[in-house]
Amino acid sequence: MIVFEKPKSLTDVPLHYCPGCTHGIVHRLVAEAIDELGIEGKTVGIAPVGCSVMAYDYFSCDMIEAAHGRAPAVATGVKRSDPDNLIVFTYQGDGDLASIGTAETVHAAARNENITVIFINNAIYGMTGGQMAPTSLPGQVTQTSPYGRDVKACGYPVKICEMLSELEGPEYLERVTVNNVANVRKAKKAIKKAFQNQIDGKGFSLVEVISSCPTNWGMTPKEALKWIDDNMIPYYPLGVYKDRSAGILGGKKED
Amino acid sequence: MKGNEAIAEAAIQAGCRHYFGYPITPQTEIAAYMAKRMPKIGGTFLQAESEIAAINMVYGVASAGKRVMTSSSSPGISLKSEGLSYLAGADLPALVVNAQRGGPGLGGIQPSQSDYFQATRGGGHGDYHMIVLAPSSVQEMAQLTIKGFELADEYRMTSMILADGTIGQMMEPVSFDFDIKEAPAKPWATTGTKMAREHNVINSLYLNPELLEKTNIERYKKYEIIAEKEALAEEYLTEDADIIIAAFGIAARVSRNAVNEARANGIKAGLIRPITLWPFPEKVFAKAAEHAKQIISVELSMGQMIEDVRLATQCRIPVSLCYRVGGMIPTPDQVYQAIVEASEKGGK
Repeated sequence: MIVFEKPKSLTDVPLHYCPGCTHGIVHRLVAEAIDELGIEGKTVGIAPVGCSVMAYDYFSCDMIEAAHGRAPAVATGVKRSDPDNLIVFTYQGDGDLASIGTAETVHAAARNENITVIFINNAIYGMTGGQMAPTSLPGQVTQTSPYGRDVKACGYPVKICEMLSELEGPEYLERVTVNNVANVRKAKKAIKKAFQNQIDGKGFSLVEVISSCPTNWGMTPKEALKWIDDNMIPYYPLGVYKDRSAGILGGKKED
Repeated sequence: MKGNEAIAEAAIQAGCRHYFGYPITPQTEIAAYMAKRMPKIGGTFLQAESEIAAINMVYGVASAGKRVMTSSSSPGISLKSEGLSYLAGADLPALVVNAQRGGPGLGGIQPSQSDYFQATRGGGHGDYHMIVLAPSSVQEMAQLTIKGFELADEYRMTSMILADGTIGQMMEPVSFDFDIKEAPAKPWATTGTKMAREHNVINSLYLNPELLEKTNIERYKKYEIIAEKEALAEEYLTEDADIIIAAFGIAARVSRNAVNEARANGIKAGLIRPITLWPFPEKVFAKAAEHAKQIISVELSMGQMIEDVRLATQCRIPVSLCYRVGGMIPTPDQVYQAIVEASEKGGK
């Protein structure tokens, strides 16, 4: 018999996320990974600014709230304060990681900083009410691209895994999604690996999770999950972009 | 030893094992010293990708409860100001050095004191203060660095060493015979729960306005205690002085010569040298205003500390300004002439 249990690494604080938002699933996957690896007592998480700003209330390990985009720099400080005993992860959205925090992200990766980064890409700024994100798709309608993202005026979306895979530094980069059961399982495996890599001292491991935002996409939760399949994944192909230990050296997507 | 090196060595002696910085003139010797020493003593020197990243690395180490520092110069401090606000909001202890250069904008690379407002008012957004220490010798660069770490830990806030290019580059003998207070226990730090306590959270977000108000009021009660206990100034020949110079850092060294010159010429001049700029040594100035006829604020700025002098003396006596800016330094003669002029006017 399988009994459903809440991971120990999550607190009892009710999540504030909107119906159909995938943050809840990803929080759970992170917590399950921490539980299974038995590292809760030595883990420090860094929360971003964005919808998951209050992640510090939801994870039961020690938590730090960082300034917008600065989580990889804060994580660098925490990790360097006690590199042999602490496990450090950041949990960041696309505005945080791929716009205002691009420099911190790129340089933490370039240094192969031994941290784990969970990157939620839902192609929109959720908390502030649905503005265009660095990862919004060409033509995507948002509050600040009301006629659709015009790539002539706003440029193209930033593909973080592809971009970072060109660097020598990072150990592991994988893009996953959580829009169906099979994909949730794959996402779990990737997240756990990203923590295991840190335990093994392998270095910078980032998992990009293609996520949904039904509220700001103006869809039902079910439509939003389908929109991931139809629109997000063709632009952001899933897969391992770098896995140095497995000989995948980046620069080209591998399935 | 150079002033900047004295800061670095004092930090190491204070138990600081983590330094994060980004190159900028005129404070580079601090980073260079740390880059050489830290790897040899099991510490961390990291050249960050930006001043913003450096101050956030400081935020990380401070969260984990260890003594940590960064250093920069004026334009770099502007970039760090976001982080300074977050450090204040999360009540984290850290040491930040500003070797001031002329501004605004890129300004110049010569000495300045024009970041006085930025430092003493907090620099970033929100209601907060930092403890601001103003060394005027290489010995004090070392001494105040150690004091800065101790005060930061005691009050859980940022200490800033507000130096300038001159004292940073100046070479003087330094004694490192200090009695250093170890960092206290930090039960609030994010060192991992070890499954033995509730999780610690380092945070500056309060979505409940009542709670944010309460937190800010509590923090200001702490500031009041600091203002009462920690304000520090050196007085030189002030007891019977008619004309008092107010000056800190390099301006105080210049002014001391001018005071000696005035005394030699029969003018009763004195000097008040604030060592803490925040908290400002208000009582020393209030007391001086009871007998002095005039105060001259000597600054490497267009007149910033002068506002605090006027507030401290409640404008009971005239306060005038003697300044150079843009990287220029007032000469002892310029200050002496200002004293003579004030003396002739009889403080009117």
